[in-house]
Amino acid sequence: MKSQIIQIAATYLMPFLLVLSLVVFYRGHNEPGGGFIGGLIGGSAIILYAGAYGLEITKKLWINRPTALIWIGLAMALLSGFFAYLTHGSPFMTAVWVQIGSGPFALKVGTPLLFDLGVYLTVMGMLVKVVLTVMEEVL
Amino acid sequence: MTTLLAILIGFLFSVSIYLLLRRSIVKLVLGLLFLSYATSLLLFVTGGLTVGKPAFVESQTQIASKVVSDPLPQALILTAIVIGFGVAAFAMVLIYRFHRETGTIDMDELSETNQK
Amino acid sequence: MILFLPIIIPLFFVALLIMMRKNLRLQKWLSAIGVLLQLFAAVTIFTEVRASGTIFSQAGNWPAPFGISFFADYTSAIVLIAVSFVALWIHIFSFGAIDRTRQKFGLFVLFQGLLTGINGALLTADIFNLYVWFEVMLISSFVLISLGATKSQLRGAVKYVVMNLFGSALFVSAIGIVYGQLGTLNMADIALKINQQGLNLPLNSAMMLFFIAFGIKAAVFPFYFWLPSSYPAPPVAVTAFLSATLTKVGVYVLIRFYSLFAFHQAEFWQPIIYGIAAITMVSGVIMAASAYDIRKILSFHIISQIGYMIMGLGIFSVFGLAGALYFLVHNMLSKTTAFMSAGLMQQKYGTFDLKKMGNLYRLHPYVAFLFLIPALSLAGIPPTSGFFGKFLLIYAGFSAGAWIVTISALVVSIFTLFSMVKIWNEAIWKPLPEDVPVHDEKRMNRTSVFASSVMAFSSLLFGFAITWFFDVFIRAGEQLVNNQHYINAILNP
Repeated sequence: MKSQIIQIAATYLMPFLLVLSLVVFYRGHNEPGGGFIGGLIGGSAIILYAGAYGLEITKKLWINRPTALIWIGLAMALLSGFFAYLTHGSPFMTAVWVQIGSGPFALKVGTPLLFDLGVYLTVMGMLVKVVLTVMEEVL
Repeated sequence: MTTLLAILIGFLFSVSIYLLLRRSIVKLVLGLLFLSYATSLLLFVTGGLTVGKPAFVESQTQIASKVVSDPLPQALILTAIVIGFGVAAFAMVLIYRFHRETGTIDMDELSETNQK
Repeated sequence: MILFLPIIIPLFFVALLIMMRKNLRLQKWLSAIGVLLQLFAAVTIFTEVRASGTIFSQAGNWPAPFGISFFADYTSAIVLIAVSFVALWIHIFSFGAIDRTRQKFGLFVLFQGLLTGINGALLTADIFNLYVWFEVMLISSFVLISLGATKSQLRGAVKYVVMNLFGSALFVSAIGIVYGQLGTLNMADIALKINQQGLNLPLNSAMMLFFIAFGIKAAVFPFYFWLPSSYPAPPVAVTAFLSATLTKVGVYVLIRFYSLFAFHQAEFWQPIIYGIAAITMVSGVIMAASAYDIRKILSFHIISQIGYMIMGLGIFSVFGLAGALYFLVHNMLSKTTAFMSAGLMQQKYGTFDLKKMGNLYRLHPYVAFLFLIPALSLAGIPPTSGFFGKFLLIYAGFSAGAWIVTISALVVSIFTLFSMVKIWNEAIWKPLPEDVPVHDEKRMNRTSVFASSVMAFSSLLFGFAITWFFDVFIRAGEQLVNNQHYINAILNP
């Protein structure tokens, strides 16, 4: 059941959804959004693609590495907890913030951002892994 | 409003328990989903209801100048939803395996006496 | 920082093992190394607890009632060491006892995930965080039980999943009620507020919901029916792991919650707990007497022995709580050894059915001896650890004047001995039935035999070194009886 309309739509929508997921992820610290919802949007981009083109083609996508995404995300979230311990000796998961640049282009990065990126990757990997595995079994 | 929501929570719980007690495994999973919705709503209501006050502080200020709603229950619900997401994924696969193993969705297929 | 290590290490190994998923041989040894590291972390925590009584830390450096506290006293340190120790040897046992297909589908990842949840649940001092760790634990155990997806496993998994998710829903509802009433989630802060204002009706009903939620996890009387069908279903190493950890964490949390919050209403709770303890003991042991599958018998005994621990909780004196904890650790060690030797018998005979076994004493005297140690220990013959555990509990029971529950504990001991004698007679003494083919070519896995021997030896040692352990457990009981220790350690450091 391959529809031309969905295929063309998916081709254009997938990069758009991936970028959108990154935007939602980045604005998450002070406004609604965050790693979890960003990961869901990013994962749904790949699932949309799989729905349009089938599993075989989706497996060849470079971004479709769910297992790698899961472990990299987990490791990232864990590592983010160590920074404060190494620099200040504070307990696990204490936040460390660094400001890069100033004025309108100021960028505040810190360990919560790294943690959230870990969440983003893990959620995306998990969602894609679950849905694609079920698709493979059922279809 | 709280009373109304309390009645709704009770209704959701009764729906979920009714579904859990059915023989069909699909309804069992639906019951589990309803159970998680009911508990999320319960968490939300027990935190106290505030009308039209989002749980955000204006940017540039550290402390809220006016009353905001308690963000903690919302964070708890989010966590509960995330966990529910994982559990739902597991339950779906469990149904699927069940169907492949027995060919039905009837829970009675599982019953077996101890004497083989 | 040391308090976070038992959580960080297994989580890190989850990531590492997913990365190494292609290399099975490396994966299993890495996983064992991970558990060994956890054991070191647990021992370090225990030495620090011995030095200062309690230790605590705030995740993210947020101050006490607002951030998530992590806390260890004697009780959590003891259970932590026991869990890591048992997990290490079950890991090594499972190298030879679980088929490669299951290992390939992430058995060790799940073991590590389960350990993350357990260690988190033992160390956290925040009720919602406790819920999260419970879910981590549950999801891993769901998959562990259904991994392999045979029909009996599916049957067990459906019951297990439904009962435990229902328990979790009650747990979250109770958290909501407590938060609505007291406006805090920190266990020390809740205990302080309850100390000040007492348990009112909504709080006490929340306590009832907590009790049911943990009762389902610990498999106490009205909620145990999922256990006999789901625990015997997976391979025996998984069963041993689940029985040594999951149900015991349920008991640990029951002890923690009762000693922090619910003891204010002792006149309401004590009769309930005594009744539940007595019925749990008696019904577990009676069901065990009717079963003819080793795993089923041992699973029913899990239920029966949970009753003893609950009884110690109900007595709520220093000796009662120390006895409950001692019995809990004894049960982890002995029950795991018993399950392991049952697994060895299954490797020999290809079945768990007692009717199709026999003559083990001739064929493998060493395995017969390995089964004898936990059997005597579970029945409570001196000088094994089971005897001292029951002695402490029964002494505390008679001092507290809890006649009915204590006498039923004594009677249940005799029935436990009966079950163990049944297994002994059927599998070990009796000549091999005529119609059963002899599997001389089937050998037992050496690694598994080694792991079982270590467990049997440590179970013996736990009884022989009672004089040293006694002091530690009494201190644990003293800390539990007075919840000021907990409150002061976290709120006024």
